[in-house]
Amino acid sequence: MIAQLALLDGAAVEVFAQARSGWSGFFTLATLVATVAAAIRLATPYLIAAVGESVGQRSGVLNLGVDGVMLLGAFGAYYTTVETGQPWYGLLVGLGIGMAMGLVYAFITVTLHAEQGISGIGIYLFGLGFSDLLFRQLVGTPRPILAFDGLFDFTLPEGRPDIPYPDLYNHSLVIYLAFLLVPAVTLLVNRTTFGLNVRAVGETPAAADSLGVSVARTRYGTILIGNTLAGAAGAVLALEKGIFIQNMTNGMGFIAVALVYFGAWRPLGVLAGSLLFSLVTAAVLQWKTLGILSGAAAQLTEMAPAAVTIIALVVVTHRIGAPSALTRPFRRGAEH
Amino acid sequence: MTVDARINDWVLQRVIRRVMGPLVPLAATAAALLVGAAMVWGFGGDPVEGYRAMFTGAFGGISEFADTTVKATPLLLVGVGICIAFRASVINIGGEGQIIAGALLATVVVLALPGLHRGVLLPLALIAGAVGGACMGFIPGVLKAYANVNEILSTIMLNIVAGYMMQYLLLGPMIDKAAVEAGNHIAQTKRLSPNSDLPILLGDTQMNLGIVIGAAVAVAVFFLLWRTSLGYEIRAVGGSRDASRYAGMKVERRIVQALTLSGMMSGLGGAVLVFSSVAHRLSVESGPAGFTQLAGFNGIVAALFGGLHPLWTIPAAILFGGLLVGANALQRAVQVATPLVVALSGLVVVFVVSSDRAVRWARRVVERLDAAGSDRADSAPPETAGAPTAPSGEPGQP
Repeated sequence: MIAQLALLDGAAVEVFAQARSGWSGFFTLATLVATVAAAIRLATPYLIAAVGESVGQRSGVLNLGVDGVMLLGAFGAYYTTVETGQPWYGLLVGLGIGMAMGLVYAFITVTLHAEQGISGIGIYLFGLGFSDLLFRQLVGTPRPILAFDGLFDFTLPEGRPDIPYPDLYNHSLVIYLAFLLVPAVTLLVNRTTFGLNVRAVGETPAAADSLGVSVARTRYGTILIGNTLAGAAGAVLALEKGIFIQNMTNGMGFIAVALVYFGAWRPLGVLAGSLLFSLVTAAVLQWKTLGILSGAAAQLTEMAPAAVTIIALVVVTHRIGAPSALTRPFRRGAEH
Repeated sequence: MTVDARINDWVLQRVIRRVMGPLVPLAATAAALLVGAAMVWGFGGDPVEGYRAMFTGAFGGISEFADTTVKATPLLLVGVGICIAFRASVINIGGEGQIIAGALLATVVVLALPGLHRGVLLPLALIAGAVGGACMGFIPGVLKAYANVNEILSTIMLNIVAGYMMQYLLLGPMIDKAAVEAGNHIAQTKRLSPNSDLPILLGDTQMNLGIVIGAAVAVAVFFLLWRTSLGYEIRAVGGSRDASRYAGMKVERRIVQALTLSGMMSGLGGAVLVFSSVAHRLSVESGPAGFTQLAGFNGIVAALFGGLHPLWTIPAAILFGGLLVGANALQRAVQVATPLVVALSGLVVVFVVSSDRAVRWARRVVERLDAAGSDRADSAPPETAGAPTAPSGEPGQP
């Protein structure tokens, strides 16, 4: 399974047949551009999931179930696309599944005040098991889907002025939409009444409550946004790879949660984190395909993104505090 | 409040705790199994037949039960560790990484000293496993206590790091060199020294010493948590960090100790997983999760089901081990694939965690009834001064 996933990742990195192997092959312009282009592609699911999660965390809700929701969204998108042949439908189904899971999670954590960290793990296990179960019952043998086809692709127009390295811009439209999430969510959180409520509820829910802001309704909203985006992230992942595999996220959802801390709860920071993370991943993949890393040593470098994340967590949490009410269920009249 | 009323109150509280304690996880599991039945039915199987097959597959005979205990052992050890961490209000999601670290260190010891006598090698290797897991728990502990890094995130990241570390070591330095020469590049060690095999307890079955070790550890942790001052302080820190600090406890140190001990149990589980494996080797051929069988997560389920009590975690782990073993029988009987059980354990977690409110609600109702009762009692002559009873009519905030 791991080997299979690695293969899929490898396909995401465009390898130039004429590239020389070794370091000299890596430090050519073409390869570096291809690596950055691959990083942008690899960053997309992390970015979508993490931006969504950041909204939830700003309102004081930690959702550890992102990975499970991503898996369910990935399966939903894959299965819909297999059945209908329409990747857009797949994407919509992924969004819908995310929304449904969001309602469930909001009910558990907001209405029932359940411990957020642990119930998130429950959602994760459920998504992990249920997506695998659905796949085995409904699909069985993996059938690849023709995913992001011409419809989705964005290519620079023919008569364009000369832009250097067009490969950096030739991505699926979905990827552009994902990057547009960053300014969109920044505006939502910083420039709207809803965003103000979100921040108030995330810092001092009691004060917000006393001013007539419904803590529960605000958190329902942010959880719905976060989970919908998590479902979308899974859908994008499945459509990008054109296949569904058991546990295909391989912990991406958890990394997305960490990236929110990494990005200090700001969409722009999350974007930086996602890009840095996937740049490291893409570089490692590129080194593998160029034969710079071979065999066992490749595994060692693959842990680099996670290790970097831990270090970043130390640095970031030292300097910037989390929303004060993070992981705290709100009960009117109770101290916390 | 009269003495009588207070005794009544005390008895009532005890009864509630005794009845609600086990009832909640049972009800949560029943609910999860009901959802599971709906899933089986949805996939066109007969739920009754499926669950019957599941039960007989897990508990239907000696050899089935033996398999169940084998599956239960890592869940039990991880679960007991989870009890320690969660009691300190430290959420340890790093069971997977701690299992891997323990398994790796234990395997290194056996690979380095294969000739030692069984009576020495096996304990030594198990201790090595515990140490490996403890190291893996120590890191997030220190990060949490002294750098304020969220332990949930750091343990999850360490799971990923440990997974790749395992793949590196088993593809590299620790790989079965004889097999490589024969052209087999499988990420696993050679067959470990037979001196490190966990002794089989029951004739032809797979039941081995692991479950006994697990049960002994559970008892030991029970004594640690409720009969030692360290355990008391760990639980106090879990109750309120500020109050514990005010009482003069070293909160940071307790947090590190809780996570280290928690990791230690998982690491021991990892060592047991290696030495009780059918192939008697450490293999990562089917990925890190294939080796751990998600025990790092399922152990959390077992611990929650056992009410975060080490002794109750024993039957809980056996029950969930049974679910895992029975899943195969269920798949054969009604053609619903085994991941059903993973989904079900997720549901159990969700239901157990969210049923907390139901319990609170019940407790509050009783307290209110109680308070109404004590209102009347309070009009009687005032009781002894300084008794720490709450003012009447004020339901104690949980």
